[in-house]
This record gives sequence, structure tokens and C-alpha cells, in this order.
Amino acid sequence: MGDLNEFSLPVKLFLKAYPWRKIDPVPWAPQKKPLSECRLALVSTAGFILPGQKPFDKSIRGGDFSFREVSRDAEVRELHESHRSESFDHAGIHQDPNLAFPLDRARELVLRGRIGSLNRRHLSFMGSITAPGRLIQQTAPAAAQLLAEDAVNVALLVPV
Amino acid sequence: MCNQTVCLVGAELERRGISTVAIQLLREVAERMRPPRALFVPFKHGYPLDKPNDPQRQLAVVEAALRLLEDTQLTPPVLAEFPASLD
Repeated sequence: MGDLNEFSLPVKLFLKAYPWRKIDPVPWAPQKKPLSECRLALVSTAGFILPGQKPFDKSIRGGDFSFREVSRDAEVRELHESHRSESFDHAGIHQDPNLAFPLDRARELVLRGRIGSLNRRHLSFMGSITAPGRLIQQTAPAAAQLLAEDAVNVALLVPV
Repeated sequence: MCNQTVCLVGAELERRGISTVAIQLLREVAERMRPPRALFVPFKHGYPLDKPNDPQRQLAVVEAALRLLEDTQLTPPVLAEFPASLD
């Protein structure tokens, strides 16, 4: 339950020894207005793609650092998961992609007025990236650029 | 590794002025990486919002994350736990 003991011994040893990238200094964008006036974007690392999109490439050493855009109007049941990791149970996100890409939940929050609006696009990464240099230098800044251009105020990030 | 990826993307969003909250499934990764705002949830990998096809449960987790965005008393890095009363 949310700890290293979920994993096989080789994976556990890898994760124990892995040099997790410390974020320093910690950036901080204070929340300036009520959520009911904010535009929300979702970022999931469950490796979801929509029909017609290129699957994440499981052969890239260090992990596929690219991302896909998921339209605000996408049908959640059409999200197809292409995450390369065999270290977790994929059954839940196959049954219900909202489990890791809660687009339907976000729509409900907008309908209730809890959140102002949903951004026109949301982002899907495949989170199994053991060598994150290209993510840090290239695709994470590119993703941030897109969402900043869209005037997104807040983002919910969901790993798997 | 997904826990690290959301932290790194979230940090970049914050640098661009977008407030973020990241769900985290491994407490020690969040402690070592220090994302700006993180909600640790006690669910197994593959189940970040706990249960498939359970909108109310999923909304409870999303709500707990959103509340971290609203709390103006918090200072970075924030690492909160999914409230035990909701678990």
C-alpha cells in the first residue's frame, strides 16, 4: 500500500539506490484566486494515448520522455494505456482511465462550479523515465510553455 | 518512477506561474524530491485515486488535493497525507 514493499526485490533495490532528483530551490506559484475562477489542466503519467496517437516507445533507453495532448472533449473510455512498467497492476486503469486521468471527475467539478473551467488540452506522459535529463531539459519545459500559453492557473498531477 | 516524473513536470509548471498539486504514492520519493505541493495517498501503485469506477471515492481524493491549492498558510515544500477520516 503505497510503499516499496509492493515491488519485487530487484525493483525495490533499484528504487532504494536510485538518485531521486531533488528539486532545489522549490519553485512556488502561490494560488491567487478562488478555484471557482481558475482554469485547470490535468497531467497524468499513466502513459495514456488517444486513438491515432503514437504509442509511447518502450524501447527508448531511460524512458520515453515525450508527451501527448488529450483534448478537453476526449472520451475517457477511448484512452488507451501504453505504460511500459510491469511493476504495477494495470487492471484498474484499464477498467477506468479516470483512476489516473480523472477527466470525468474534473468535468463534474466544473459543472458544480468548484473549478472555473477545464483547459482545452491536458497532458499525458509515460512516467517510467529512469534517465530524466531530456524530460527536465526539453519536454517538461515544453509542456509548461503550452499550459502557460493556455493561461492555465492550476494543475493536478497524477502518477500511476 | 512515475512519482518522480510528476514532481519534475510540476516543478516546471510552477516556474511558469502555474500552481500545482501532485499526488504521490511513495512518501520517501516526495520527501527526497520536494515537489511544491504533494498529497501522499496510501494506495497501491496503479491506483492513485484508489478505486476504478467509484466516482465519489475518486472525487474525495481529488478534493483533498485541491484543498492544498487553497490553503494560503502553506509554505513549500508541502507534503500532506490523504486525510485518515476519508480513508
